[in-house]
Amino acid sequence: MHYLRRVFVAVLTMLIVTTLTFFLVHSLPGDVFQVVAHRIAQQQSISFEEAYLQAKALIRYDPDVPMGQQFVTYVKGLLKGDLGTSILYHESVNKIVVKAVPWTVFVLSVSLSLAFAIGSLLGMAIAWKRKTILDPIVTTIASITDAMPDYVVALVLLVVFAVNLRWFPTKGAYDSGTVAGFNLPYILGVLKHAVLPVVVYTLQGLGGWALLMKGSAVSVLGEDYIQAARARGLKERRIIVSYLGRNAMLPSVTALAMCLGGLLGGSILVEVIFAYPGLGWFFGNAVSLRDYGLMQGLFFLTAAAVITANLLADLLYSRLDPRIRTEE
Amino acid sequence: MKTSWRILRRNPRALIGFFILVGFLVMATIGPEVITLNLEQSFADRFLPPSGAHILGTDYVGRDVFAQIVHGSRDVLTVAALAAVITIFIGVVVGAVSGLVGGVTDTVLMMVVNVLLTVPGFPMMLIVASMFRVTDPVSYALLLSIWSWGGLARTVRSQILSLKKREFIEAARVLGLTSGHIIFKQLLPNITPYLAINFISIMRHAITSSVGIMMLGLVPFSASNWGMMLNLAVFQSGAIYTPNAIYYLLSPVVAICLFQLGGIYFTHGLDEIMNPRLRS
Repeated sequence: MHYLRRVFVAVLTMLIVTTLTFFLVHSLPGDVFQVVAHRIAQQQSISFEEAYLQAKALIRYDPDVPMGQQFVTYVKGLLKGDLGTSILYHESVNKIVVKAVPWTVFVLSVSLSLAFAIGSLLGMAIAWKRKTILDPIVTTIASITDAMPDYVVALVLLVVFAVNLRWFPTKGAYDSGTVAGFNLPYILGVLKHAVLPVVVYTLQGLGGWALLMKGSAVSVLGEDYIQAARARGLKERRIIVSYLGRNAMLPSVTALAMCLGGLLGGSILVEVIFAYPGLGWFFGNAVSLRDYGLMQGLFFLTAAAVITANLLADLLYSRLDPRIRTEE
Repeated sequence: MKTSWRILRRNPRALIGFFILVGFLVMATIGPEVITLNLEQSFADRFLPPSGAHILGTDYVGRDVFAQIVHGSRDVLTVAALAAVITIFIGVVVGAVSGLVGGVTDTVLMMVVNVLLTVPGFPMMLIVASMFRVTDPVSYALLLSIWSWGGLARTVRSQILSLKKREFIEAARVLGLTSGHIIFKQLLPNITPYLAINFISIMRHAITSSVGIMMLGLVPFSASNWGMMLNLAVFQSGAIYTPNAIYYLLSPVVAICLFQLGGIYFTHGLDEIMNPRLRS
């Protein structure tokens, strides 16, 4: 029953988001079509009327067709897995997604794992040892990273390490001279380009994971079974790993599952600053160049990913923690 | 008031935060009256390092960076404060109605909040910003608020729900006081401290998003806004690749971070003043 309700809510949310995106694009002020048509007319040197028709096709919106009918075609397309067409790249959004996803997923999964592992270990250490120098250090780092928006960190790292010190490349995801594939120069180039974005995301996440872990570990330490384990004379290592660790991990694991959804959306501003060709970069381009087709497709994809991840996190949590199930 | 000041004085972090925020307030209100913004371009003076005449140096066309920061602060803070007011207004109304009325209204409103909280907000703001011409602070603040009241509405609702069961509300009911009196005189004053702390956090987030959106070149309604400065420095003028431009580039960055830090430190202190239980 619990699962069913969660799935129902997720499907409902997805429906609302689909409808919302549809109506948002349909509330476009009329002059948007004029702008797009002008651009197409200039690009392909065709008449304005022809370009206007193309613009309508690209944005998938024809003011002359009734709304209901349009909504049906739109949803049909989405159900077939068709995310639409980019006006700028003259390519299907699906193809762009296939190109962009690996970069975003690569960089974000590496930094998410790093931040999660280091942060959680730090949080556990602080909770276990109490009065150490670690606590104020981590708390300070957490409030500093909280104060710096990710794009600010990205800008500073870019200016210092890429532009001035020239340790890392300033843009792109691989060296332009190399051939994509399993060869050393290409792989080295890819790693070199990924360092700064990975550092940005890791720094951003670290403090949060540490505080989350600390909070839950402190409350677990107060539980009776920890006292009992101590009284039974269990080894410290065993208490930390099997008793404290496994129980204190619960909230972090759920939060991790939720983060996976955000992964697909990428961070728009960070990718734009490093000109890193992932989903965020394409989304940023779509927005600043008014590519409504691409924007709509990418937004739908992101929303779907986040909703699915949230659902998974919910289900995972009730599997990991039986107490949740019995409460309902 | 007196106790507040005493607690603030004993908490050095909160005090630092307080002075940073006051500094920004002074900069935004009095600053633009005292410091004139000269937008005349002079290529001979481009990318000058800090000096007596130009405290933070000059930008890519020789304009004073400090004057731009000061004039930008009025813009940035106005938008952020308006966004905070709108967000709190919507959040409180939705949360209070949801908590007080209950039933179907509550279910529907919480469903809406759920959607707001799951669907990524920043991309949504970007889409809306790319569709409508935002040309003044009020509509920009509205744009920043539409997607950000969900969490607040949820907490206000749960606070109202728990307050509703307290004795003093029941006493008021028994005394036959009107619902209006109960809402405005009994319930709302109890959540005001919480809202005061939220006001600053919402402003912080609004600044992060508003500057970020402007950095992408959307909503370009004011040339001296920090976001606009970053947009020009990073994407338009190539200043980011000029070693001399570091002061120009870092000035808005430092301004943003300082405000954020001030906000974080001060809200920690406020938390202690409003929640006596947190005091040690």
